Amino acid sequence: MAREMWKGNEAIAEAAVRAGLEAYFGYPITPQNEVLEYLSHRMPELGRAFVQAESEPAAINMVYGAACTGARVMTSSSSPGISLMQEGLSYIAGTEVPMVLVNVMRGGPGLGNIAPSQGDYNQICKGGGHGDYHPIVLAPASIQEAVDLLPVAFELAHKYLNICTILIDGSIGQMMEPVHLPEMQPVVRKEYDWAVSGAEGRKRHLLSSIYLDVPTEEKVNLRILGRWREAQANEIRYKEYFLEDAEQIVIGFGTAGRIALSAVRAARALGIKVGLFRPISVNPFPFKRVEELCKQAQSFLVVEMNTGQMLKDVQAAVRNRIPIRFYGRLGGVMPFPDEFIHEIQEMIKKPGKPEDDPADLWYLRMMAR
Amino acid sequence: MPAKGWIEVNDMFCKGCELCVSACPPVVLELDNEKLTPKGYHPAHIFKDGCTGCAICALVCPDAAITVYREVTKAPASAAAGVH
Amino acid sequence: MAATIVSLENLVYSRPQGFTDTPSHYCPGCTHGTAHRLVAEVLEEMNILNKAIGVAPVGCAVFAYNYIDIDFVEAAHGRAPAMATGIKRVLPDRVVFTYQGDGDLASIGMAETVHAAARGENITIIFINNAIYGMTGGQMAPTTLPGMKTTSSPNGRDVETQGYPIRVSEMLATLDGAGYIVRRSLHDPKNIRLAKKAIRTAFETQVHGLGFSMVELLSTCSTGWGVTPVQSLAWLEEHMIPAFPLGDYKIAPSVAALKN
Repeated sequence: MAREMWKGNEAIAEAAVRAGLEAYFGYPITPQNEVLEYLSHRMPELGRAFVQAESEPAAINMVYGAACTGARVMTSSSSPGISLMQEGLSYIAGTEVPMVLVNVMRGGPGLGNIAPSQGDYNQICKGGGHGDYHPIVLAPASIQEAVDLLPVAFELAHKYLNICTILIDGSIGQMMEPVHLPEMQPVVRKEYDWAVSGAEGRKRHLLSSIYLDVPTEEKVNLRILGRWREAQANEIRYKEYFLEDAEQIVIGFGTAGRIALSAVRAARALGIKVGLFRPISVNPFPFKRVEELCKQAQSFLVVEMNTGQMLKDVQAAVRNRIPIRFYGRLGGVMPFPDEFIHEIQEMIKKPGKPEDDPADLWYLRMMAR
Repeated sequence: MPAKGWIEVNDMFCKGCELCVSACPPVVLELDNEKLTPKGYHPAHIFKDGCTGCAICALVCPDAAITVYREVTKAPASAAAGVH
Repeated sequence: MAATIVSLENLVYSRPQGFTDTPSHYCPGCTHGTAHRLVAEVLEEMNILNKAIGVAPVGCAVFAYNYIDIDFVEAAHGRAPAMATGIKRVLPDRVVFTYQGDGDLASIGMAETVHAAARGENITIIFINNAIYGMTGGQMAPTTLPGMKTTSSPNGRDVETQGYPIRVSEMLATLDGAGYIVRRSLHDPKNIRLAKKAIRTAFETQVHGLGFSMVELLSTCSTGWGVTPVQSLAWLEEHMIPAFPLGDYKIAPSVAALKN
């Protein structure tokens, strides 16, 4: 089937539609407005639900309501809007109902800017709201990968009764690439034994995140944790490039991982034995695989568009076995491949020690520029 | 001749708030100070003749604690809930 | 005497089918219970208990779902109209309603309230206005009256620094999406009957797809106001009705045509 040129945000929206999206509730915020705008005509065209809510808190609560019916429901937002949605995300997690969230990160903190960033990794991977829970977070590095992950996102959300986030940045949202979109899947609303729909012919269902009885709340937290542990065991996703004989390994997710691939290819052309490990599931994080790679690599170079957030997860897996070097760009600045190539070369020249603090050394280098 | 009525107050629900006592037109209700509900309230009860089964007590009861009967001389009342 | 009168054929009123057997946690005499009862009675009389989905608020009525035996979801504070929108948009043939207090609806949730009405969402809101925050211990509400003492206006609401109460029904009535907006009261038998009729019309508005419906119910809070339950009824009549006049604020022609 022929590929078509699509803008990232719109391809993601259409991919969700084809994965059986029943309802979308959102609010404008750059750089993800096209998701909302595209669905504002596509959903009514198909007789499906669409509302531009009055705010992000309103949007996430509309999602919460629809999720309580078991429908496939999605919202999208960007950094400041995700902050506004955190209360709703926590309620959705605490009520144990499914949803898909598209998170298009931009420069911050605060209002920041509309340029691409990866500065919200911690926010979403460590919960995205108050309480002990873990959304599943998938980080595609291209529009095609995002499109391919949308049906997966719905499957995972509904399988684990969890929030499944597609984590991208403004560049993936805004770029245009040739994409192969899948066939349209029919909308199928599963019959859940917890969903609300009017108690016709059955006992009524109650969906709430209130558990005033403290031991019961503990049991609920353990139940949520149990499903998360299943996801940790079964939903690890990553991609590896040029690892067979790699002596240095670059680790990056999303756009940083994609830029790193260009750098790794260029470095290979220069004869450098470097490879790329690109986590796709950043939550659950592929700790075990990173730990395995410690055995073959002399050092890791972690690249991110933030001050070193995924770096902490890599460090947790490496546990000072090998040196780690870090390189980050901030505030919406996009790194270029030659910056990464330079970092790879520096890493080979000055390998560093396993006990070095990569974030500290990077900061000093940044300030010395 | 006024209809003859009777009410039963469910101890599980009555909180002794006295809204029924205050609203009762023939003034036949009061709290029963000799009785305590499981929650420790004095429930309402009919203390003298004159209940007409008007159901105003049930209308004002916030706890739906009252069941109302009215002696019918003509056609039977329907068994549905709701004030007639 | 009782023995002869108590019989099925003499039954005039009994606890609504739509009520559970759970004794409520509301204070004695609190008109939340009355409002719950009217909603349950109306849903039963309209034969839509099995199609109803309630959205509970944060406030004293946070446990409303313990008392009305229908599908229920629990909203975050103020977000009930948004949740109701989400449910109604995917299940348009069910009867979706929220039940909210003055803080939930007119403070943190004001945007959700206004926009649900502006969008003409076919949901029904039961708005319990008792001019105070009950659940959290009696603080000032957006509908607290000038001069009224609450735990966060201990010297009486000072309009200079704490502003004026909001008349929600009047405000929402200006929105084209609103189909039925009325204010009633629960302080005496006549008004309770009128309130029940209004709740019925509101649900009929939804069932016929005629726009957003809301019944604002002036209610008592004897604990928050510091009076007995019986005194609270008189307090409502004396103080709240002048500030929040009872009446019909918006009845769309299509809704008026329904009332036969």
